[in-house]
Amino acid sequence: MLRAVLIKDLAISRGERRLFTGLNLHLDAGEAVELTGRNGAGKTSLLRAVAGLLRPEAGEIVFADLDPEAARAEHLHMVGHQDGLKSTRTAWEELRFQTLWCGGSPTTARQAAERFDLVRLLDLEVRRLSAGQRRRLALARLVASPRTLWLLDEPMAPLDAGHRLAFGALMAEHLVGGGMILAAVHDPLPVAARVVEVGA
Amino acid sequence: MTAFLILLRRELALAWGKGGGPLLALAFYAGVVTLLPMAAGRAPEKLAAVAPGIAWLALALSALLSLERLFERDFEDGALDLLSLGPASLEAVAVAKCLAQWLASGAPLALAAPIAALALGAPAKIIPLLMICGLFGGLAFAFLGGLGASLALGSRRGGLLVAVIVLPLYVPPVIFGAGALDALAGGLPWTGGLFLMLAYCLAAVGLSPLAMAAACRNALD
Repeated sequence: MLRAVLIKDLAISRGERRLFTGLNLHLDAGEAVELTGRNGAGKTSLLRAVAGLLRPEAGEIVFADLDPEAARAEHLHMVGHQDGLKSTRTAWEELRFQTLWCGGSPTTARQAAERFDLVRLLDLEVRRLSAGQRRRLALARLVASPRTLWLLDEPMAPLDAGHRLAFGALMAEHLVGGGMILAAVHDPLPVAARVVEVGA
Repeated sequence: MTAFLILLRRELALAWGKGGGPLLALAFYAGVVTLLPMAAGRAPEKLAAVAPGIAWLALALSALLSLERLFERDFEDGALDLLSLGPASLEAVAVAKCLAQWLASGAPLALAAPIAALALGAPAKIIPLLMICGLFGGLAFAFLGGLGASLALGSRRGGLLVAVIVLPLYVPPVIFGAGALDALAGGLPWTGGLFLMLAYCLAAVGLSPLAMAAACRNALD
C-alpha cells in the first residue's frame, strides 16, 4: 500500500525552457490535490515526472516506504489527455487489454464498463466513440484494477454533466478508501481538494 | 510472464488487424520476387543462379514493411505511457513487440520463401536451408527493425528514417545467409555462413531490446 507521495524541490525544464523550480508537494492517503496554472505552466510535465516518464532537472519524488519502480508499476494509474486507445480495435478489446495489463481481470473490466455506462458501446470500434465516451473508456481502468494513486490530466474536460457527477462520486469513494488523486485541472474537481498552482 | 503474454496477444491482434498482417507482407514479397527477375533478364539459367539470393533479399525488404508502426502508433496515442507503467519492463515490452512482428510477418514470409525460390528455378536441395535462414534471419530482421523503429520515434518521415537506420544492419545476415545458400547450391561447405548468421541473430535478439527500451525512454522524456 502506498501511503504518501512527497515531491521535494522539483525543477522541470523542457528543451531550453525552465517550466518551474522549487516545487514542493506532500500528498497523503485520502487526499486530492488540484494542479492549476496557465497553459504550458508544466502541469502535465509534473504528472509525467511523478509517473517516472520524464526526468526532472532537479529534486526528488519519494513514494513513502516503496521503491519508485515498484510504486509506479503497481500503485499508480495515469490517465493523460492521450488515452492510449487504438482506434481500429473495439472498446471491449481495448478496455480488456488495459485492465489485464494493469493487473485486473475480465470480470473487473466488465464491472468497470457498467460503472462508466459503457456497456452499450463495448462492441463498437474506438474510432466511433465520441471524445467523452473515449475518456470514460480510458478512465474505466481506474476502477477495473484498483490502485492507490491516480494521476489525472484534465479528466473532466470532455465529460457531460451527468458523467461528471458520476465520476465525482467515484473520486470521493476512492479518497474515502485511502486513495490519492493528483489532477491537472482548469475547472475545480467535484471533490474537496487542495489547490497547488504550478509555475506561479 | 503473464503480462508478457497479454501484451504479445495484443500485439499480434494489432499486427493481424486492419491494414497489416501476413497477407500484405506476402503480397509485397510476391511483388518483389516477381519484379527482380524481370530486371535481371530472361535467361533461365542466369535466373536460377541468383534465385536463392533474390528470395533471401526479398525477405529482408519485406521485413521493413510495417516497422514504422511498431512503436510509433503507441507513442502517438499515449499507449506507450501505459506500457511503460505496466508490470513488465520496457525491455520485455520491446521483446514482445518484435516477437509479434516476427510471428505476424517474418515467419509466414520464411515459410513462403521456398515457393518463390523454386519458381525462380533454385535447386530443391536448398529449400530446408532457405527456411532455416528465413526463420532465424527474419528474427534478426524483426529485432533490428524494432531498434530502428524505436530510434526513429517522434521524428517526421519516420518510415524513411527507419529504413535508412535498419538497412545497414541487415547487411551481415543478408551476406551470411545468401553465402550459405549459394555455397549449398554450388556444393561447397555452407555451415560457416549459417553459423555466422545464427550468431548475428542471437546478438540482435539479445542486445537490441536494451537499446529499444533506452530509445523509448528517451522519446517519452
